[in-house]
This record gives sequence, C-alpha cells and structure tokens, in this order.
Amino acid sequence: MVFLFYMLSAIMIISALLIVFNRNPINNVIFLIVCFIAMAGHYILLNAQFLAVVHIIVYTGAIMVLFLFVIMLLNLNKAIIPHKSRATRILAVITGGIFFLVLLAATRQTIEIHPRYPFTSDIGLVKEVGQTLFHEFLLPFEMSSALFIAAMVGAIMFGKKDV
Amino acid sequence: MKEVSSAIQLIPLDNYIMLSVALFSIGLMGVLFRRNIIVVLMCLELMFNSVNLLITAFSAYHSDPSGQVFVFFIMIVAAAEVAVGLSIVVMMKRNVESVDINLLNRLRW
Repeated sequence: MVFLFYMLSAIMIISALLIVFNRNPINNVIFLIVCFIAMAGHYILLNAQFLAVVHIIVYTGAIMVLFLFVIMLLNLNKAIIPHKSRATRILAVITGGIFFLVLLAATRQTIEIHPRYPFTSDIGLVKEVGQTLFHEFLLPFEMSSALFIAAMVGAIMFGKKDV
Repeated sequence: MKEVSSAIQLIPLDNYIMLSVALFSIGLMGVLFRRNIIVVLMCLELMFNSVNLLITAFSAYHSDPSGQVFVFFIMIVAAAEVAVGLSIVVMMKRNVESVDINLLNRLRW
C-alpha cells in the first residue's frame, strides 16, 4: 500500500510537470486527466470513496471534456503561441522552487496533530458524508445552487455576441 | 479491501503535505510559465486539486467527515469557475483572435 502511494504520487508529479513543459494543448489536457485519475486513486487510499467517484465524474468527466471541447472549438490543437522570454521562464521555475521550499520549511515547523476522533475507515462512505452534508451543511448546500445559477448566467452573458 | 482501508495508518501525514505542496508549486510555476490562457486555467485546476487532496488527507487522519464535505463544496466552486473561465476564453478568442495572455495587457502598470 505504501508502494501504491509512492507510485500514484510519482505519476501525479510527472504528469503535472508535463502539463507545464509540453507545448501542445491537447497533450496538456491528456496529462491533466492522467493526473486527476491518479488523484482519484489517492482518494481511495484515503478511504474517501464518495470523493473519488465525484472527482472522476466532475473533473475527468465534465471539466476536462469542457476543456477539450473549447480547444477543439477554437482550433488550438497546434502549439502556435510562442514561449515567454527565457528570463521569464527561468524566473517562473525559480519562483515555483522557492515557493515549494518555503512551504515545505513552514510545514516542517508545525507541531504534531492528535486526531479528535478514534480512527474509523468509513467516514468517506456516501452515508457518512451525506449525513454531514444534509445536517450541518444544509444551508451552504442550498446556497451553492445560487452560485451555479450565477455561473450559468455569467457564462451565457459572456457567450453572447452583442452585449 | 481491508488492506486499502487501513493504508492511511501506514503512510505518515507528512507525505501528503509534501505531495500537495509539490503539486501546488508546480501549478504556480505553470501559471507563471505559460502564455496559453487555457493551460493557465488548467494549472489553476491543478492548484485547486492539490488543496483538495490535503483537506481530504487531514479529514481522513482526523476521522472527521466535515473536511470531505468542504472538498465537495470546493469542487462545486471549481465547476462554476471553469464554466465562467472557459466562456471568457471563448470571448477573448472572438475579440482579439488569440488565446495569448500577453495580449491582455491593458491593466498593466
């Protein structure tokens, strides 16, 4: 199981790096899908079965198809956009590396946490998550429908030709 | 199945923190590195997902389902964000005939 964790992590990191350094947008989308499927594997390792299924449906099923659809619609399947200047690219890599080191150093300094509840392996099941969602978080759940309406209206307004 | 459900007792939480920090940094690097606005949006998705993974890891280690509900809400917000973001991409392509973010420099100082 520990081996599985390291394998999934390696797949995720390599495909994430390929998203940044590969120039073809279609390949970027494929690598992002690989990354997301590996992340669903991580969710299953964390006993979050509900989130794993929702992640596959929402991200690889809806969002990445939307990305692919926009890339096909706008006919961007070739790498036509030039790179940023070499100095900007080097600075971007240095910024990412320094950010990584700073966050890593900050999390090294934290104290060890002690779990609030004893360990159970069934908190990620649909039953537990659903009960929490509809008891404690019912109001935010209903409010998210308003968010979706707003996003839908916004997308339609941006899509109109003459506004 | 039994092995999978007890796997998190073998993996220390530090590994998940390191993995999420690495993914977040790669996403940040991609946002600064690329000029294609669609790839920038994809790197934003990567950053969202690294945070989701970390929240799920903390939730699983604390045996508290509230964290997973929170991740669910973040997924909702990400779906709305992608819908609006991609419609902005389509509008940009229609107005300036390109998806190069270096062309959107009117607000630059």
